[in-house]
Amino acid sequence: MLEVRDLHVSYGAIKALKGISFKVEKGKVVTLIGSNGAGKTTTLKAICGLVRVQSGNVFLNGENITNKPTNEIVSKKIAMVPEGRRIFPNLTVYENLLVGAYQRNDKDGIQEDMEWIFSLFPVLKERLNQKGGTLSGGEQQMLAIGRALMSRPDLLMLDEPSLGLAPIIVEQLFEVIQKIHSEGKTILLIEQNAYAALNIADYAYVLETGRIVLQGTGKELLANEEVKRAYLGG
Amino acid sequence: MSDAQASACAFSSGGVLMNLTLFLQHLANGVALGFVFGLVAIGYTLVYGVVKLVNFAHGDIFMMAAFFVYYGIVLFSFPWFLSFLFAIFLTALLGISIEKVAYKPLRNAPRISSLCSAIGMSFLLENFAIVVFGGRQKPFYQPAVLNKTLNVWGVRIQLVTIITIVVSIGALFFLSYLVYKTKMGLAMRALAYDFDTARLMGINVDRTITFTFAVGSSLAAISAIFWALRYPQIWPFMGVFPGWRAFTAAIIGGIGSIKGAMVGGFLIGMISILLVAFLPDLAGYRDAFIFIMLVFVLLFKPTGLFGET
Ligand SMILES: Nc1ncnc2c1ncn2[C@@H]1O[C@H](COP(=O)(O)OP(=O)(O)O)[C@@H](O)[C@H]1O
Ligand SMILES: [Mg+2]
Repeated sequence: MLEVRDLHVSYGAIKALKGISFKVEKGKVVTLIGSNGAGKTTTLKAICGLVRVQSGNVFLNGENITNKPTNEIVSKKIAMVPEGRRIFPNLTVYENLLVGAYQRNDKDGIQEDMEWIFSLFPVLKERLNQKGGTLSGGEQQMLAIGRALMSRPDLLMLDEPSLGLAPIIVEQLFEVIQKIHSEGKTILLIEQNAYAALNIADYAYVLETGRIVLQGTGKELLANEEVKRAYLGG
Repeated sequence: MSDAQASACAFSSGGVLMNLTLFLQHLANGVALGFVFGLVAIGYTLVYGVVKLVNFAHGDIFMMAAFFVYYGIVLFSFPWFLSFLFAIFLTALLGISIEKVAYKPLRNAPRISSLCSAIGMSFLLENFAIVVFGGRQKPFYQPAVLNKTLNVWGVRIQLVTIITIVVSIGALFFLSYLVYKTKMGLAMRALAYDFDTARLMGINVDRTITFTFAVGSSLAAISAIFWALRYPQIWPFMGVFPGWRAFTAAIIGGIGSIKGAMVGGFLIGMISILLVAFLPDLAGYRDAFIFIMLVFVLLFKPTGLFGET
């Protein structure tokens, strides 16, 4: 579904990605783990066209989407939940969901998807007319995921959804992510919380200072000594 | 008639009535002027809200609109009504072009760069107007139908005043609908918070900004027409003081807030008219009063009356 080939991205003199390649196959959960500053967010931004790719390519279902405008890329059934949630605090919960469906015009379908999102996150329905900024961190993350789903994507990319959330909320969140996956979405998950991510991943890549240093199935990496030492705290 | 007699007369029922009708007359003018400032202020606030830029050329866009009307009539012999529409359309195009030429290339530059560019654009438009239109005042066409004076229960109100109020209210309703009920409005409000996240939602950022400038400039054109109908001499610097006053109105109301821009415009319109009417000796200090009000509002509420922190 998604293929990244030899991607290079720099911020001025800082080389953030030094040639990374990976694949996300349809129907799988793929995770990219790595410590702070490894280049995880940059990878997602490059896929979405939010930062310029210097060399290398991004293919979506065989189509080269490298450096296309973001609004064009996200029209190809790909959605991203950005790091830090980035919900619109000045818009209501309802408007936040609606803005997620910005490129759609099928009123009935939009309503249908909204109902589906309420079934995933019932709390959003209760908060429907509240401003996004008044939600708790966990609720904001749910809204950010709901908003991304409103575009009815085939591929959902999440950038550190567990960041700054209490463990019990993180647990619920990962359950919902699995549920979304079981309903037919392909998932690219970025995490520092390596244990939780590897547990649900079909395949995983480890990113270190702009390079992929390890890859394997979730189980393989969970058992890997290096991964244990560097990312699983033992 | 001695002073005592005069004041006795003023306290008689007829005198009170006289003062009341006079007051209502001034009030109507104040309301109309308030709307005019409010519509200009909305132009500042919309653009600031979406792209975080104080469009210092906005007052000069207002001036250009008046000249577009003038040339529509003088050069192309359009009927006045068509000429008004022509000017609104051209002004929207002008606003869009200014954004493309002077602001868009600086969108990722430090904020101060686009601010300088805006000030430069303001001077450019003023000097362009001097060279092309000439520095001397030109008479603004006064359609005879609009120049009637109506008598409403003894209060004499010019038809223009009433039309100004009605059209402004219409423009406001349209604007609220646009911003709060349409997809484009949703995009504008999303952009106001975060460009990149708006992009991720599939919003076309350039198109939304273009639209924002078109709306702000059209409102400036509408208010310029009403302004020129009231003060029918137009010249290249006619936008400077209305521009500053409207900008002040936007700040008083809380920049970024449409409601605030309207309330700020009202306060300033009222002060301007009532001061001239009732304290004519102090009328020359009108702008001093306006800026004192600004200082006081900011002292107690640094984000303006309706501004968010
Ligand atoms: N806007 C930016 N300007 C300059 N350097 C940046 C910017 N964003 C990220 N970087 C640098 O790029 C590298 C990768 O960052 P990032 O992709 O955010 O890592 P991660 O998401 O894995 O924590 C880091 O060294 C970071 O400092
Ligand atoms: Mg990151």
